[in-house]
Amino acid sequence: MTKEKPSLTADKTPSIYPAKTKMQVTLIFFVIIGIYLFSMYWTQREMVGGIGGALGNMYVVIEKFFPPNFAVLPAIWEPMAQTIQMAILATTVSAILTVPLALLSAQNVTTFKPLYYLTRTFLNILRTIPDLVLAVLFVGLFGIGLFPGILALIVFSLGILAKLISETIESVDMNPMEAMRASGGNTLQVIWYALVPQVAPQFASLVLYVFEINIRASVVLGLVGAGGIGLILNQQLGFYNYPNAMAIIILIFVVVIVIEFISNKIREALL
Amino acid sequence: MIEFKDVSLVYPNGTQGLKNINVKINDGEFVVIVGLSGAGKSTFIRSINRLVTPTSGSLLIDNEDILSYHGKNLRKLRTKTGMIFQNYNLVKRSNVLKNVLAGRLGHTGTLRSILNLYKKEDIGLAYESLKRVNIEEKLYNRADELSGGQQQRVSIARVLTQQPNYILADEPVASLDPPTSHQVMTYLKKINKEDNITTIVNLHFIDMAMEYADRIIGMRAGEVVFDGPVSEVSEQTFEEIYGRSIREDDLRGGANKS
Amino acid sequence: MENYSLPPKPKNSLWKKIKTIVITLLVIGLYVWTFTGIDIEWSRVIERALNNFQRVIPKLLSPDWSATSEVALAMLETVFIAFAGSLMAAILAVPIAFLAANNMMGKYLSVIGKWILSAVRAFPDIILAILFVVAVGPNAFAGVLAIAIGSTGMLGKMFSEIIESIDMDIVEAMQANGANRIQILFYAVMPQIIPEFLSYAIYRFEVDIRASSILGIVGAGGIGTMIIFASNNRNWNEMGTILLAIIIVVTIIDFASARIRRKIV
Repeated sequence: MTKEKPSLTADKTPSIYPAKTKMQVTLIFFVIIGIYLFSMYWTQREMVGGIGGALGNMYVVIEKFFPPNFAVLPAIWEPMAQTIQMAILATTVSAILTVPLALLSAQNVTTFKPLYYLTRTFLNILRTIPDLVLAVLFVGLFGIGLFPGILALIVFSLGILAKLISETIESVDMNPMEAMRASGGNTLQVIWYALVPQVAPQFASLVLYVFEINIRASVVLGLVGAGGIGLILNQQLGFYNYPNAMAIIILIFVVVIVIEFISNKIREALL
Repeated sequence: MIEFKDVSLVYPNGTQGLKNINVKINDGEFVVIVGLSGAGKSTFIRSINRLVTPTSGSLLIDNEDILSYHGKNLRKLRTKTGMIFQNYNLVKRSNVLKNVLAGRLGHTGTLRSILNLYKKEDIGLAYESLKRVNIEEKLYNRADELSGGQQQRVSIARVLTQQPNYILADEPVASLDPPTSHQVMTYLKKINKEDNITTIVNLHFIDMAMEYADRIIGMRAGEVVFDGPVSEVSEQTFEEIYGRSIREDDLRGGANKS
Repeated sequence: MENYSLPPKPKNSLWKKIKTIVITLLVIGLYVWTFTGIDIEWSRVIERALNNFQRVIPKLLSPDWSATSEVALAMLETVFIAFAGSLMAAILAVPIAFLAANNMMGKYLSVIGKWILSAVRAFPDIILAILFVVAVGPNAFAGVLAIAIGSTGMLGKMFSEIIESIDMDIVEAMQANGANRIQILFYAVMPQIIPEFLSYAIYRFEVDIRASSILGIVGAGGIGTMIIFASNNRNWNEMGTILLAIIIVVTIIDFASARIRRKIV
């Protein structure tokens, strides 16, 4: 097949896309590039030596971190264990607290609209606050230690977990629930007999997923004084003891990967 | 005895579900309600156990108007009326015994039922019910391991465990093949005769209605357009109820009695 | 109803029983370990709480409006950090995603790509921020880099899953036409993946807004810097303003992002 040059002049050839779409896409593209360039300018304005100097500096700095000093490992093992324990405890508590909240924010269970919207809004606001901000607040309230850290993890994961579980509840098969109601079961019985068996596996899987999130969050809580390995990391960085800090970072890295691997395997087996 | 007195139901979106229904169903009858889909059969049946609530008229069950019921009264009414659904409505991940025991929920305290502390009699009753529909060997199987016909038999057992005075069946065979359909209908009929339980079944298959019913109620557009014993029903009656001539898919077929 | 007895339950296999016992013991062990390891000085916590609640809570609830402009500026910087970081990540993630998708560049490269992505994901954002603060100094650009790298891990994974789910028949049809690899990329692959790529990139921007609002805690710019100052100075009125700013901005961006994403896909 030979290609004939269209005999029409260029402005008369039909375009693949309508002109309006083309305009819109071009406009959005330039707006995004514009914001991007401005963001880059803004974020770099306080940087000494500009981006070239900084990136050149990076190599020198990274060299300071190496080789990591693994001799500190025995000393940091205990705070690491404590970090994991914080995550376990927080996940357990929020898994329990999430049950009533998830039920209240599931449209097919809570048919009383104002209550449903109230719980939804509460959870939405809860989810806007980052974990470390919660930790800062709780440290302010309860003083430095494990307790504010655990509390921050509980509140933080509660928002995520309740939302995910309420979505699972909203997607269940409603037929058995109707059958239970037709045979005279009360609300609690209907939930226990028709709903719980349907959501139990997903519930377990989502709790594990949130546990993974909590592990990541718990390793950094110490940066603001809320217990765990992050506290030691912060100290070492404060003393400019970079090889020690690197050893801690590598330990965190390994622990996160191992726990995620195990959790993934369990979740695959569950579903 | 169930008595509809001038019962109407308008859904919130304005659809008229039932229109001035006046029907009296005596104890021990086996009534089949026929009509096209959307004729109001389901609404009729669901009014009896108040899964839907009529908007006017009065509905008497054992001489009590149930339309004012709520809370405890309502649950008590529902324990008296067992219901069988088109899609069996079993909890798929629970085992057969647990599904059947769910029929006792209305008779069991909340705490007891949540801790699985059923009375020995209840468990015995559940097993007995499973035996009556010949599926006792699947006792510990998960519901989703059973075929459609088996699941519907389990749901009949669930209703039996409830020891109801009335059984409501909403298109119980619509998802089943012809031989299984006849099997399920035969069980329903047998239970109706042996236990003298008033049974109301929605069907859209003409031949099945004729074979199993004592009495047929025909519905169209929310109204009762025919009500009489099966002996008075002819093909022409159905044509009147359906408002069109009878077609192949109005028949289930496979009427070799099992 | 004289028969109250049930037939015996079918016996579970020995293997299954052992498995149940082992799992139960493991879970119990884990909790024993947890509860023995965590010791909270309850008396101190309660004492602190009693002292602090009255001092902190009312102040949090009466934000310091005089700090509004300063907070707004810091929040804007947070949005800039998140925006620049997300966009960088969205671009960086594309080639890595093609590498990691098992229907594009071959098996071995796919495995390597997936390993790189999960390694990157294992670093919490804030740890990356610490590293970049040391490298490029305590400023907002360190935050941009931390967000960019952190998001690349997640976006790369999402993108590669999208690429793996495309309809390969169209690719085959193009090959049959005699199109070359680049042409196939632009005509068969891109149209299928672009809407979902955009959708995930925008979603990631939502996540990054939250992430970048805490980077200042380690010196990487944005509103987090103010959080640390306010907390060190026990200036809870200002903390109230900051919290309010975060809640409002995050809510608006979540809402806008959800609408845009619904439009795209």
